Amino acid sequence: MTRGVLLGPQRHHQIVDKAADMLGIDGQIAAVTAGWQEREAEDQELCAALGNRAVNLMLHARAETAFREDPELFAAHRAKQDRLRQLQDLYRLRLASHLKAARRVQQAQAPRDLIESELEEAVQAIRLLDAHHVAKTQHIQKDFDRKVKPLERPAVVKQLKEIEAILAGCAGVAIAGGHVAVLYNRLRLFDLGPRLADLPIIAWSAGAMVVASRIVLFHDSPPQGRGNAEVLEGGLGLFPGVVPLPHARRRLNLQDPGRITVFARRFAPATCVALDERCFIHFEGPRWSAGANTFQLRTDGHLVALH
Amino acid sequence: MPAMNTRLNPPMKLAIQSLLAHGPVDAAAIDKFLKTHSFPLIEGRNATFVYRGPGDQVNLRHWVFGLGSSQPFTRVGNSDFWYHTLELPPQSRVEYKLEVILGGVGTWIRDPFNPNLAHDPFGANSVAHGQGYKTPGWTEHDPEARPGTMVETQLENTPLGTQRVSIYLPARFRESRRYPLLIVHDGGDYMRYAALKTVLDNLIHRLEVAPLVAAVTHPGDRIGEYPNNPSHAAFIAEHLLPFMESRYPLYAAPAARCLMGASFGGVASLSTAWRYPGTFGRLLLQSGSFAFTDIGESKRGPVFARVVEFVNAFRESPGRPSDKVYLSCGTYESLIYENRSLVPLLQSTGMEVKYEEARDGHNWENWRDRLRSGLSWLFPGPLWMVYE
Repeated sequence: MTRGVLLGPQRHHQIVDKAADMLGIDGQIAAVTAGWQEREAEDQELCAALGNRAVNLMLHARAETAFREDPELFAAHRAKQDRLRQLQDLYRLRLASHLKAARRVQQAQAPRDLIESELEEAVQAIRLLDAHHVAKTQHIQKDFDRKVKPLERPAVVKQLKEIEAILAGCAGVAIAGGHVAVLYNRLRLFDLGPRLADLPIIAWSAGAMVVASRIVLFHDSPPQGRGNAEVLEGGLGLFPGVVPLPHARRRLNLQDPGRITVFARRFAPATCVALDERCFIHFEGPRWSAGANTFQLRTDGHLVALH
Repeated sequence: MPAMNTRLNPPMKLAIQSLLAHGPVDAAAIDKFLKTHSFPLIEGRNATFVYRGPGDQVNLRHWVFGLGSSQPFTRVGNSDFWYHTLELPPQSRVEYKLEVILGGVGTWIRDPFNPNLAHDPFGANSVAHGQGYKTPGWTEHDPEARPGTMVETQLENTPLGTQRVSIYLPARFRESRRYPLLIVHDGGDYMRYAALKTVLDNLIHRLEVAPLVAAVTHPGDRIGEYPNNPSHAAFIAEHLLPFMESRYPLYAAPAARCLMGASFGGVASLSTAWRYPGTFGRLLLQSGSFAFTDIGESKRGPVFARVVEFVNAFRESPGRPSDKVYLSCGTYESLIYENRSLVPLLQSTGMEVKYEEARDGHNWENWRDRLRSGLSWLFPGPLWMVYE
């Protein structure tokens, strides 16, 4: 099982160096900053925080190069992404009514035991929808892999050889946050999930989200829309059993037990972990422990420290 | 005690009523009352304003269209203490002054008991916040938000002569990226009185609005330039837009170009888009002065003559000046009816329209408070996808 530390945001309070110490990483660290997109190479602060021993895998730039060299791959990738977006829109439509039903059940005037049993049914319907959505996204991804065979295409093989050469000299991996879909797509394009699994991993924000088993997008009060948390895709699955929630205090209404209840129950048995600044969870194989001030969203609607 | 507004919530006994309930009130009781409350005193839907000092008469002067603009205070006995209770629905924001008349001379002053002020080109007014209104946090300086930069420039030989333009570049601006363009009418006032730069910095930092470049314009004679003036429209569409697109990395597409303005600036935005259809795919119109007539002359005076002429022509033949329009207006403005009636007309053209009202007046803080909703709808940021 993979060893790793999942962290909250690192912009203001960096603890990546402590995470590297926790994992006993002694040597070069492969950095993944693809979530920063065209700012990928602006990694000076990160390199300094890691003791100037990071080497950037440059996955975003490598993917752009591969797309440029292989227009057929680019067209197929774009078509796949369009299809995933369309699927996400349809999932959102269904999800909205499921979540609305759960909230209305919560607020209904009825005996408590009836509300509880109906709420469980409503949450189960959301779980089924989420699972259905993940299965559909996996089907689209696998269909792309089967038809396009990206790992056999020279433009990708060339980049992959260089990536593997860098990884061979690294004792760990650091995956930064940023645009979660872009980050996930780049990691997936080069099939890095299995390749990274043998190295200790430090991942934060979107980085922490993509290494989990489900990528959950969330914001309780966006300026537009209802703020319904949604599953994007399945994630790399390197750290199962948790749903990392970076910037939870800013993005979630943690004062609303009703919302927390539905959120936590929906993703149970996985643990929903609020990953704010200075927070972390440390995986040693299947077991994990949490840092001070790292909180769990509990199914009873409360926020409790995991430490 | 005089009768209060009949729409006041009857079951609630107000603090001022309790103070006056037991007959004459002495100076010590008034002192205590003033020390133990903040003013205007908000109780449910009621706001009690007070004044203490010499005067023959004190009036509340406000800019709420639906109410008489001058509301007399009541003097308590023969004291120097005055009060007035007004209905103030939840979420309201009302700007006002006190008029103190002494010896036949009226003086308008800011409320000495209220520290809340709103500034505009004419100075500052006191502000009453109804229950539940809170100045949005995203309008205030956020030390975590990376600041954008301002670049000053001048455009020569435009149809309006030399024009000053301030250009906002978002934090982490890069020549290698492409940005949408926001052209702001009355830009200097938006910066000074509606905290536009702070708002852009914050909303971009919070990923709620896409990083954008803004051209902040400074009119010379806005009353002449803004109401459907062909020279103004040509300046925007034929001089400023090409300049911005040649100098900065902008998406050269209507969907990435927005004209924004308030009051007459709203008229300037709509009329420019109308004169150059297919050029500006986004409009952000706040409390637009969209006065019109169905028959006869407008009663709004000569300043509005060209506005009415334009809006009448627009209503007759709107075409499709843009694709997506955000429209907002305060319910305490006289322009609320014109703005409401514009919505179905805009929708009938096939444009996507989002319309919002607020319990506020024709002022800069009303327009400031709607910027999040408008900008995030017109240029949504990557909030849902980015976790840094």
